[in-house]
Amino acid sequence: MSPTIAIPREHYLNVSYGVKSWLFTTDHKRIALLYLTTITLLFFVGGAAAVLMRLELMTPQGDLVQSETYNKLFTIHGVIMIFFFLIPSIPAVLGNFLIPIMIGARDLAFPRLNLASWYLFTLGSIFAIVVSVMGGVDTGWTFYTPYSSTYTNSYVVPTIVGIFVAGFSTILTGLNFIVTIHTMRAPGLTWFRLPLFVWAHYATSMIIILGTPVIAITLSLVALERLFGVGIFDPALGGDPILFQHLFWFYSHPAVYIMVLPAMGVVSELITAFSRKRIFGYSFMAFSLIAIAVIGFFVWGHHMFVSGQSVYASMIFSFLSMVVAIPSAVKVFNWTATLYKGSVSYQSPMLYALGFIGLFTIGGLTGLFLASLGIDIHVTDTYFVIAHFHYIMVGGSVMGYLGGIHYWFPKITGRMYPEGWAKFSALIIFAGFNLTFFPQFLLGYLGMPRRYHFYPEEFQVLNVMSSAGASILGLGYVVPLIYLIWAMRYAAPAGPNPWGATGLEWQTSSPPPTHNFEETPVVTQEVYAYGMPEEDLKDGR
Amino acid sequence: MEGNGALAEQFDDLAQQHEAASLGMWVFLVTEILFFGGLFAGYTVYRAAYSEAFREASHHLDLLLGSINTAVLITSSLTMALAVHNAQEGRRRALVVFLLLTMIVGAVFLGIKVTEYTHKYEQDLVPGIRFAYGGPHPGQVQLFLIFYFIMTSLHALHLTIGIGLLGVLAFLAWRGHFSADYYAPVETSGLYWHFIDIVWIFLFPLLYLIGTH
Repeated sequence: MSPTIAIPREHYLNVSYGVKSWLFTTDHKRIALLYLTTITLLFFVGGAAAVLMRLELMTPQGDLVQSETYNKLFTIHGVIMIFFFLIPSIPAVLGNFLIPIMIGARDLAFPRLNLASWYLFTLGSIFAIVVSVMGGVDTGWTFYTPYSSTYTNSYVVPTIVGIFVAGFSTILTGLNFIVTIHTMRAPGLTWFRLPLFVWAHYATSMIIILGTPVIAITLSLVALERLFGVGIFDPALGGDPILFQHLFWFYSHPAVYIMVLPAMGVVSELITAFSRKRIFGYSFMAFSLIAIAVIGFFVWGHHMFVSGQSVYASMIFSFLSMVVAIPSAVKVFNWTATLYKGSVSYQSPMLYALGFIGLFTIGGLTGLFLASLGIDIHVTDTYFVIAHFHYIMVGGSVMGYLGGIHYWFPKITGRMYPEGWAKFSALIIFAGFNLTFFPQFLLGYLGMPRRYHFYPEEFQVLNVMSSAGASILGLGYVVPLIYLIWAMRYAAPAGPNPWGATGLEWQTSSPPPTHNFEETPVVTQEVYAYGMPEEDLKDGR
Repeated sequence: MEGNGALAEQFDDLAQQHEAASLGMWVFLVTEILFFGGLFAGYTVYRAAYSEAFREASHHLDLLLGSINTAVLITSSLTMALAVHNAQEGRRRALVVFLLLTMIVGAVFLGIKVTEYTHKYEQDLVPGIRFAYGGPHPGQVQLFLIFYFIMTSLHALHLTIGIGLLGVLAFLAWRGHFSADYYAPVETSGLYWHFIDIVWIFLFPLLYLIGTH
């Protein structure tokens, strides 16, 4: 162990300087940081829309904004958060940065394609932001026809163009990951020695490759229908609006797994690292990721129980939705079993990981309520649904993302963030999140519908609780933004392996050199070799 | 993917680079299948619901030109396969010739397609732009023609991109870029070209032949 920890003299951040060296880089690590900047900006734009919504819902009357404005707010919030934050968040930032390092490669298989993905993504997000500024779109992020294709007068087509372009960026990232994981693993790194983070991104990439083109063509059809006044989904011309819903959810349900599988990968890394223990049931963990990806493609009809789908189709979709809960539950049980008799420490990334397990469990179990035909009819289009998917997407994906950002922050920047502030914000995010969204389960169960900006007076107490929670949650997101930016420059150097973790990414310097390793590593053992005597701790602190 | 037969720095050797390029194209083609798949799914739903109207509408397509175009496109697959073969053998002249031939045959396909589109315009059968139909089921006939135009024009767009791609390859091949050791771009572009042909092999019977029996 070295007495003084220093930043290496040359690394990927200081090999070159200037705007050009970033905008024309093909280094996966720099591209990851470009993505980080873009999606952080978009996260706060989408968050601002949520702030206005929660402010409006403080009182039963519609006094802050009008119905039309409120419709645009929840649409912008949904479109930006889903297509421009959650879907790219973990893959495009952490996946981009870590996958080549975790498999011992110098870069992704197609570095220039990777840079092109970021440009496409940025172009798509410019469309989304320009649309928001110019007057917005009011269809909801679901773009249901015939409202989106025939009736609304808002900016549907530019929004669709933005989503289409960003979708291609996602496809190219997924393609790059699949090819990289297949062809560029270091000597000795067999499939069952891969970190679960890599498995999770492999499964995610499969969903991206198979699902995204379908949403692209479906939304293009809506755009064509608007532009040419033809009736692809218009009942007046023999078109079928239900067909739109089928095609839309064929992508958009698996999209939930695009958002949550990478977070599961992150959590698997965090749980083992902070339990000092091998993951429980490695191959079950790997195969359950693949199982979720595969079964996830056959459950989309549970979004359409009240849409006029045949009752037999609904029964099958209900059953399959129960089935997809099994591999998800396997993951929760195995994380818990990994904790059992581990030497658990509660650093801030671990707090996020534990938060993920709890919140994802609540989100998953309420998903089973919604998959049951009878209950679903009672709570369809109520706040129960809103609460459920925010537990998955915010309680799951965002907690995983923030946990991952903290865990790999010393690797990315070479410096250690202030642990006290990190623990503080992890705790208030957890508290604020639950205060925001748990009351919404109750509101939904009591019958408050989603997408309204006014409501009967008896719902006010729960809505005020929710808005109060949202302000705590918002604070919880701003605090890390401040101390992480500070820590990038001023915090103490972290050293190559501050957590004493296993995995190839901890064997190179922090920050890594441009080509990640001085020489290509050779892998001789499993990835979670914790508990092997002293070895894993030798270059930690 | 790097030019001049050189090995890109992220790969260890040409074999690894070749494998990555080839797998990358296959994965991309899977995406393309799903991209067209959404349209095929929509087509199938409506055809099942309105089979009579779809058969009737299919009669308004030009079976002769469609058949000629099918033959033309299959010919282009042959010349493309020969281009890949000659690239593997390292024959520069033959490679350039077959790439140019493939481009020409592809352009002939597009020319015939444009002729068909023009006829449709003259017959007032272009939904959204110029459409007037006096027979039974006008709405459903229009639906068929919407799918006809979207699917064939998307196919034609892919073909146009393919011709541009082969143009770049022909130029590079003429400059001596490729060799018997390094021909991955020709091979992967060949995969793309054959994919376009296969899409047409499905489009042709679904659009032109459903009214014939």
